[in-house]
Amino acid sequence: MRLSFSGLIAGDVQADRMVPPTGFTARLTLFAAGAMAFLAVFALALSLATGRLATRWGDELAHTSTLRISAPADQMAQQTALALRVLDTTPGISMARALTTAEQAELLSPWFGPDLPLDTLPIPQLIEIAETDEGYDVAGLRLRLQAEVPGAVLDDHTRWRKPLEQAAGRLRLLGWVSILLIIATMAVIITLAANAALAANAQVIAVLRLVGAQDDYIALAFVRRFTLRALLGAALGTAIGLISILLLPSAEDASGLLTGLGFSGLSWLLPLLIPPLAGTVAFIATGAAARRTLSELT
Amino acid sequence: MIELENTAYTYGGGELLSDISLKLSPGSFHFLTGPSGSGKTTFLKLCYGALTATAGNVRLFDQDVRDMDRNAHALARRRIGVVHQDCQFLDHLPVADNVALPLTVSGRDTLEEVSNLKELMGWVGLGNRASALPPELSGGERQRAALARAVIMSPDVVLADEPTGNVDWEMSQRLLQLLIELNKMGKTIMIATHDMNLIRAAKTKVQARVLRISNRRLQLAGADL
Repeated sequence: MRLSFSGLIAGDVQADRMVPPTGFTARLTLFAAGAMAFLAVFALALSLATGRLATRWGDELAHTSTLRISAPADQMAQQTALALRVLDTTPGISMARALTTAEQAELLSPWFGPDLPLDTLPIPQLIEIAETDEGYDVAGLRLRLQAEVPGAVLDDHTRWRKPLEQAAGRLRLLGWVSILLIIATMAVIITLAANAALAANAQVIAVLRLVGAQDDYIALAFVRRFTLRALLGAALGTAIGLISILLLPSAEDASGLLTGLGFSGLSWLLPLLIPPLAGTVAFIATGAAARRTLSELT
Repeated sequence: MIELENTAYTYGGGELLSDISLKLSPGSFHFLTGPSGSGKTTFLKLCYGALTATAGNVRLFDQDVRDMDRNAHALARRRIGVVHQDCQFLDHLPVADNVALPLTVSGRDTLEEVSNLKELMGWVGLGNRASALPPELSGGERQRAALARAVIMSPDVVLADEPTGNVDWEMSQRLLQLLIELNKMGKTIMIATHDMNLIRAAKTKVQARVLRISNRRLQLAGADL
């Protein structure tokens, strides 16, 4: 019997019996795989949630722009009308609308309070611009505005969107790095547990070698046991993690990161990859540990 | 079959065995004697590849052990039944499963072999102890189980280290008889023992060579080899 996936799946009832069934390494592997899978579910959820958040922030800000017109009070209406005409004839703009005095007062109220006499202050006029899916030529519009409405400043929200997208992107990266670290930690713990089991079963190995067992036969007995334990532990950890995610508050009412932590649609299937991944990690880690230990014996 | 040529074994800076040459031919019967600590166990371990000679050559079944990979070593061990002084077992498995281990690891645990197992267990007087766990056995029972495990594959060579050390005279005669019968079937036997009565009893039934390890060297009883 070779130390391979096919050997692992086919199994050998007799070989499985060679290693004593109990021991602290069994509980350690089960617990470590379960805990790591639980954490991996959350890291995966974080990563997917930040991905969604980055997309939403990007989408929300990507298709809108603001034009700010600063002009003397007596020219404000004329400049605004001029700007709206320019915007109306610009391809890629689906809608352009000057904010009303009330709307501008509402925007400023967090800073100046609700009773601000806006008409007595030289407040710039804001124009809200909605883009079509194709968008407009930002540089071209800037040049036209510069020529026709000198007091207009176009803000296409790039300077707001970029840092938000960057932050979300880094959070997503952090999520994936966490998953990699979790996998690496699981591999280390399972390797240590396998080494401990191999050391604790030195007599078993000596007897098996004495009666002519080949290294792969001995290794498979350990590898199969650790792989199945890791698989079981990870399945339990994943199940508990998914239930915990399900019990989190819904993202319907608030669209923040914490309330949006979870899976949607087909992404619910992604955590199901965690147990087989844990099993694969255990298979590789235990196989390497067993081969190393056996190669040190004469 | 097993051949040692100018073999030496050094451990911890001291030479335990020196310039040993011996050829175990098919069907031969050997006793190995020598004082405690003289290197009998080390010699046996060299014979089945559990230790590697630090000088000279050891050949198992016409292959130099240094040229054998780990799988070849394992396959060679299936052709050599070994009875250790300390009789190690898998303590979590019943005696019958321990005796059948060589069959199990070589994939020969067929129905026919299992019926041979029952017969063998009865022959070594462990027929009613088949389901006991090794820690429940007496010293003598452990030694009988170890001997049964060593011969169950009908190996070409049986190497036994003090196989009768913990059994009474009657049982030691039965174990000796088993080894003699295996020898008559063409198997090569080597027994390391202090028990001169056992050697004397054996010599009345089989043509055996008596070897002695003295001063790190192997001698034929009364003369250098």
